[in-house]
Order: sequence, then C-alpha cells, then structure tokens
Amino acid sequence: MPFVNWLKRNLVVLAGLFTLAYLLLPNIIVTVFSFNKPKGRFNYEWQQFSLDAWKDPCGVSDLCGSLSVSLQIAFWATLGATLLGALIAFALVRYRFRARGAVNSLIFLPMAMPEVVMAASLLTLFLNMGAQLGFWTILIAHIMFCLSFVVTAVKARVMSMDPKLEEAARDLYAGPFQTFVRVTLPIAAPGIAAGALLAFALSFDDFIITNFNAGSTVTFPMFVWGSAQRGTPVQINVIGTAMFVVAVLFVLVSMAVGNRRSRQKA
Amino acid sequence: MSTLTEAPPPLAPDAPGPKPPRRRGRLTPYWLLLPGILWLLVFFALPMIYQASTSVQTGSLEEGYEVTWHFATYWDALSAYWPQFVRSVLYAGTATVLCLLLGYPLAYLIAFRAGRWRNLIMILVIAPFFTSFLIRTLAWKTILADGGPVVGALNSLHVLDVTSWLGLTAGDRVLATPLAVICGLTYNFLPFMILPLYTSLERIDGRLHEAAGDLYARPWTTFRKVTFPLSMPGVVSGTLLTFIPAAGDYVNADLLGSTDTRMVGNVIQTQFLRVLDYPTAAALSFILMAAILLMVTFYIRRSGTEDLV
Repeated sequence: MPFVNWLKRNLVVLAGLFTLAYLLLPNIIVTVFSFNKPKGRFNYEWQQFSLDAWKDPCGVSDLCGSLSVSLQIAFWATLGATLLGALIAFALVRYRFRARGAVNSLIFLPMAMPEVVMAASLLTLFLNMGAQLGFWTILIAHIMFCLSFVVTAVKARVMSMDPKLEEAARDLYAGPFQTFVRVTLPIAAPGIAAGALLAFALSFDDFIITNFNAGSTVTFPMFVWGSAQRGTPVQINVIGTAMFVVAVLFVLVSMAVGNRRSRQKA
Repeated sequence: MSTLTEAPPPLAPDAPGPKPPRRRGRLTPYWLLLPGILWLLVFFALPMIYQASTSVQTGSLEEGYEVTWHFATYWDALSAYWPQFVRSVLYAGTATVLCLLLGYPLAYLIAFRAGRWRNLIMILVIAPFFTSFLIRTLAWKTILADGGPVVGALNSLHVLDVTSWLGLTAGDRVLATPLAVICGLTYNFLPFMILPLYTSLERIDGRLHEAAGDLYARPWTTFRKVTFPLSMPGVVSGTLLTFIPAAGDYVNADLLGSTDTRMVGNVIQTQFLRVLDYPTAAALSFILMAAILLMVTFYIRRSGTEDLV
C-alpha cells in the first residue's frame, strides 16, 4: 500500500499545512473583501468586485486620523520601551547586583498578567490621580507593557555575546563609553532591533489596554472595534491588506540584505 | 529573517552566562535599571495596589468612594458572575488544548521537515500579526457565516450534531455560539503556541532521532520517548502564553459570541467602562489576577521548569 505508507510518512506535514491554512484563511478573507462592494453597512458578505475602497482609502471619516494616532503612539512607545528595556537587559546580563530576583519577577509579571487586569488596574490609578485620559495615558500604558518584551529580546542577544570582546576592547585602552558604543552596541543591535519591532507590533495592535485608558482618543484598533458595532467600511480591509503586504515585503527585503551581507563576508 | 526567529519566546529560560566582575562603577547597574524599573513600579505595581484598594471601597460616583474594607464585594461579585468565570476557564482551556494539537505539527514541520521552505513558513506564521487582530477576528464572521461553505460542510459531515449535543452550537448556526468563540480564541493565540514550540524543537539534536531509530524505535515511539519530552519547555511556555491571554480576553466573546458566551473579561469591561461600578470591577479583576498567578505558579512547579521565570 504505497499510498498508506506515503500518508503515514507525511501525516505531520499535512497536519502542519492544515494549521498554516487555518492561520492564513482570515488574511485571505480580509484581502478578498477589500475588493468587495457591500450592500449594507457591513462588509461580511461578498457582493461584487470593486476598486472603490483602494482608490479612496481615507474615504471614511476618522479612519486615517485614527491610523495616524496609532502610528504616533507606536513610534514613541517603541522608542521609550526599547531605550528603557535595553538598559535593563544590559544591567541584568553584565552586572551582579542585589534584588536581581525581584527585578526579574517585575519584568516577568506583566507578561504573565491578562491584559484586562493591567488595563483595569491602570485605569484605577489614572482615575485616582485625576489624570486626563488620552494620548499620554495610552503612551504610558504601551511603554509599560512593551518593556518586558524588549528586555527578553535584548537579554537573549547580549547573553550569547562573548564578554572577551569587551575585555579585549578595554585591554586596547578603550574607555567604558567607547567600548559600549564601538563593541557592545553593534553586537547587541540585532537583539535591540528585534525588541523594537516586537514593541512596535504590540503597541500598534493593542486594543484591550488602550480601550480602558484612551478616554476619547481613537486609535486604529479602537476605530475597528467601533465599526464592528456601527458598520464595517471596506477601507478597514484595504488598510489590513496593505499592512500585511508591507510587513511581508519588509521581512523579505531585510532577509535578502542579510543574505547578501553574509555572502560578502564569506 | 534572523531578527525575527531569534526573538525568543518571552519565557525563555535564564541560562547562567559568564558574568565578569567589574572593577569600578558599583552603582552602574542601578543607574541602568532605574528608569525602566521605576516605570514598571509606578505604572504596573502601583496600579495593582490601587485596584486592591478600590475593590474594598464603597460609595457612589457622585459622592465619591471610601475604603471601608467591604470584603462582601468579592462574595457578591463571585456569586453573581461565577458562570462567566467557569466559562473563561473552559473556553480558554479548550482553546489551549486545540492550539497545542494544531500548533505542534506545524512547529514540527518548520523545525524538521520544511527544508528550504523553513523561512517562508516562518514568515507566514508571523506576518498575520501585522494585520490588526480585530480585522482578522471580524473575518471569522464571514468564514463562519450562516449557510456559508464552512457551516454547510460541518453540517453535512454531522459535526454540528455532535457539537450541539455537547452544547457548543445551537441548530445549524456556528456564529454566536461557544464554538465560534473557542475557534476565534484558538486562532488568535495559535502563534504564541507555535513560536515557543518551534524554539524548543529546533534545539533538539537530530542525531538523537537517528539513535532512536538505530535502537529500533518506531517513529511514534521516537516521538513519544525522545522528541516530546525534549520539547516540554516549549509546551509549558506555549500553554501559558495561550491560556493566560485567552482567559482574560473579551474581544472574541464580544465579536463572535452572544450574551450567552460572555466571559469574565466582558464583565470587567462592562462594569468598568459602562456600568461604572468600580469596586465590583476591581474585585473581579483582582480575583482573575490571583487565579492566574496561582495557576501559573502551580503549573510551573508541577512541570518542573522553575527556571522559566
């Protein structure tokens, strides 16, 4: 029974491909429905092909405004979380100090906490302090929950780094600052980049924590949430599809650049 | 690709690395830690204290709240919303098991069988992250639409008869049933299962498989005795990374479910943002936090991978 044998050998491949299809099906639907021309307010049923939404992506009021708010928050949150997180990661890997266990738990806990708990407790803090909810409270929250992820990404990279390289730099009379900028930072850069990318993606896509602490500010995920109640414009799918394509292109290009560099070195 | 695949699962074990002693600058680590740790203390730890205090306050929005150590709020909240708690655990637990069953083959495929397709499949696993998860969750409304091809197929295969006997669906509908919510939860948190599984599978030395084969182990025995035990760290962090966010989620229950599928996250959200009953909301959130922390500690102890933290 050659077929049964083939099936036995490749069962795991077939199951894996099924999972991949399950993961990608919604993206395919989002893309296909960006060319839809829905009859009612909701874009859930296929009607007819149309390029209207692609020609006018900002045609829905507030949509592009919310997109710009999200991009600004993601940019500043990435910057803040990467800076603070990288410093913590360096301290954890390169130095011995007291309270190491406490610091580790404080970094682990936000990742082990359901978002809704962090969102609700942060809101009680802001309410008690009488803070004005909006751009700044969202930014504070985003830096808070992105921080731990940056720390783990940078830590993994710095940990795999040979400390002898830094010792060598110091033996060659480089000062601590010079050693850091010319040796440590370039080697840690891929870890920092990975952390920053993760922070950007997490911040840009966050809904639960933002929903609690946004006041009347509307980010892109909040716009989508609202539209699920009021009616989903096709433009949402256009932006979703564009984001997917840009992300895949970005990764492919950076892979090609990386390959060429490693070939040049070899 | 290197930057993305090298990003470890957030629960990567803390391997002891060489730590060179520093001659001077004994305060340097504290200066490096200060800004980030201060941020976490003020905006993560302090809010937990405020929340605990809010949960034992009484009063009203107009007259203000006061700490009266009114612990009955906890009892009232639990007796009013225990079904939502149970639902959260059941839905998140089912979704976690499904994620493991679906995610393991794909992680295995990427680690051992993908060959030159490895990077491409890896990109396809991560790329959906860059489209807002709300848009992707809304797409499930189309996929599971009444009378659509998926529901039609499930119906003709009599799958829906089984699920409605289990109470997961009602009639020939999938949308607005527990099945739709579980399906959405599984979908949303699947990558959080696949990535740690892949990281721990990829570390396994291929020669161990050969050795098992040389000792006349069948493929299934090799998997059961060699591969799976060695991938346990990935299984543990994957299940935690899936279960925790799924248990607190309210997006899937809201978009794909109905009033009968409300989870504890939905209650917290409504109490906080619409009903404005802060003590009850804070108490519920506190119970959820305590339950999750207890579970995580117990789970990590049992599975013997304490170096996760």
